[in-house]
Amino acid sequence: MRVLVIEDDTDVAAYIVKALTEAGHNVSHADNGKDGLVMATTDDFEVLVVDRMLPGPDGLTIIRTLRASDNQTPALILSALGDVDDRVKGLKAGGDDYLTKPFAAAELLARLEALTRRASNTGIAAETALSVADLEMDLLARTVSRAGTAIDLQPREFRLLECLMRNAGSVVTRTMLLETVWDYHFDPQTNVIDVHVSRLRQKIDRDFASPLIHTVRGAGYVLREPAQDAAQDGGS
Amino acid sequence: MKPRRLLKSATFRLALIYMLLFGGSVAVLLGFLYWATVGVLSEQVDETIQADIKGLAEQYERRGTPGIAAIIGERVRNDPGGRTVYLLTDPLRRPLVGNLSGWPTVFPDEDGWITFELVDRDTPDGKPHPARARRFVLQGGLNLLVGREVRELERIRRMIVNAMVWGIGITLALAFAGGIAMSRSTARRIETINQTSRDIMSGDLDRRIPSGGTGDEFDQLADSLNDMLDRIQGLMEGLRHVSDNIAHDLRTPLTRLRGRLEDLDNHALDGEERTRRIDAAVAEADGLLAIFNALLRITQIEAGVQRDKFTTVDLSEVVRDVAELYEPVAQAKSLVFTSLSDGESAVTGDRDLLFQAIANLADNAIKYTPDGGSVTLQSSGKSVTVADTGPGVPDVAREDVFRRFHRLEASRNAPGSGLGLSLVKAVAQLHGGDIRLEDNRPGLRAVLTIA
Repeated sequence: MRVLVIEDDTDVAAYIVKALTEAGHNVSHADNGKDGLVMATTDDFEVLVVDRMLPGPDGLTIIRTLRASDNQTPALILSALGDVDDRVKGLKAGGDDYLTKPFAAAELLARLEALTRRASNTGIAAETALSVADLEMDLLARTVSRAGTAIDLQPREFRLLECLMRNAGSVVTRTMLLETVWDYHFDPQTNVIDVHVSRLRQKIDRDFASPLIHTVRGAGYVLREPAQDAAQDGGS
Repeated sequence: MKPRRLLKSATFRLALIYMLLFGGSVAVLLGFLYWATVGVLSEQVDETIQADIKGLAEQYERRGTPGIAAIIGERVRNDPGGRTVYLLTDPLRRPLVGNLSGWPTVFPDEDGWITFELVDRDTPDGKPHPARARRFVLQGGLNLLVGREVRELERIRRMIVNAMVWGIGITLALAFAGGIAMSRSTARRIETINQTSRDIMSGDLDRRIPSGGTGDEFDQLADSLNDMLDRIQGLMEGLRHVSDNIAHDLRTPLTRLRGRLEDLDNHALDGEERTRRIDAAVAEADGLLAIFNALLRITQIEAGVQRDKFTTVDLSEVVRDVAELYEPVAQAKSLVFTSLSDGESAVTGDRDLLFQAIANLADNAIKYTPDGGSVTLQSSGKSVTVADTGPGVPDVAREDVFRRFHRLEASRNAPGSGLGLSLVKAVAQLHGGDIRLEDNRPGLRAVLTIA
């Protein structure tokens, strides 16, 4: 994945570049708004990470300019610690996701991956069914079955599973789940999400030999085919 | 005070304006009084004289010089007190008949009116009396002077003028004194506010503007300023309290984090144990970050910036969503978890923040209620009640628990940062509402009300 990071804070930029490079991505970096805008327009990137406050044109202006010139590269906006949490403004300017500093590298990675996947999915006709290994989800009938056995899910559990299945193979963080499944932006005091996921696990994985839902240490959850199982799995 | 400074003083200027306004009004009033008395009286005198002249002129036409002389002689005789003035002279102003020894030496105005002193009369006080008369030239060149003694009129006039001068003088003096007194009392109250402000600026933050006790505009101003000062002081104290607490409360997790990192360094650990410890250290750091995030969030909410994001929110729906999110957590603790709602209730607010606040209350209730207890979420109109059967909060601590980092002694070992309720309170205040803690007998009942 080719990523452009537009960030003026050297430490934060180094942290992001290191994390993305370690995850195997091809990262370019601009430390001011002007260079960033030039790079974003001349080069072809799959996703942009743009800091809100930048010398030169600020993050929102960059994204607005790109969108005005019909550049639809998905962009994630970073906002500094202490900034007003202006998610709405950021998204209105054409940003696709929003992350407040400080953030965990895993969170950023998961969100960038979700962004690029979403971008590559647009244009394809709306899916009516999802499937991962022997798990199948009918989005129209709202039914789920594993290895041919129907699984009865509550509406919220269905949406939780749908979110995990749509992002199959990559990490979905707890905050991402809260935002997409519950549609609230908030900080849970305790890990309420874990309880919901473990309930879902009970229904999806308990009676089957190979688990599909895995906990990713320090990041969130991933739903993937048993064959891809790696040492990453630190979950229960 | 130097004249310049005196003029600059609002007190003096106000007094002066007050005096001029008041003095002017009184002068106009007295002027009218003068005109209505002296003016009317002297007009009457003039009219009498005019009529007299007219009569005499007619007599002269009819009966000639002897006739008019006889009439004048008769009139003079009938007026021993000398209240009238008659004099008929030949064209050379030599007296023919009358009660004046000679033609007055005063020059008449263009209508022939003269005002002069009657020097040849005996008066009780020995002073010459004033008189007013008019000259009339008869056919044949005879000069006729007809007049009246105006001692009484003059006396009234002088009296009234006197009264006017004194009246205006006293009025001006009183008005000035009154003006000074009035504006001084105003200025003194402004000065009190001024002085208090200066004291506060120089560091005496506990000073407040004394109230006059009358509830007038100045008291209202003082009250508003005092409220503002209280608010500022509250915020400052909050700030001081927070920074004290940050230093104090972050020391423990930071020390723990440091210990864990040191631990990793010191011991040759096998892979699994090492991973476990790194996880613990990362979790510790995440906890610290969460505390900072919560603090910043509270500060932002308190600053009220988010108010422009307000939309119409169905409070009962938010409560339902919170209940749905937390129900499994409650079930995991075998709590009886109930969510009640008496129908849709629209409030104006920030959906995410309301969710956060109610979630914090639910989280606390579930966390502190022992296994097998019960937790109830209820939305009713514009208020949300979260009741539990946990240990509750003692009366004395019901305000303290809203302070940042404040934790009850009994719950110090439970997970949490002591920021949850601070955030609830900040959200309540942002929405113009409040959060109340009550006794649920047993347990705690938290009532969040949105304005």
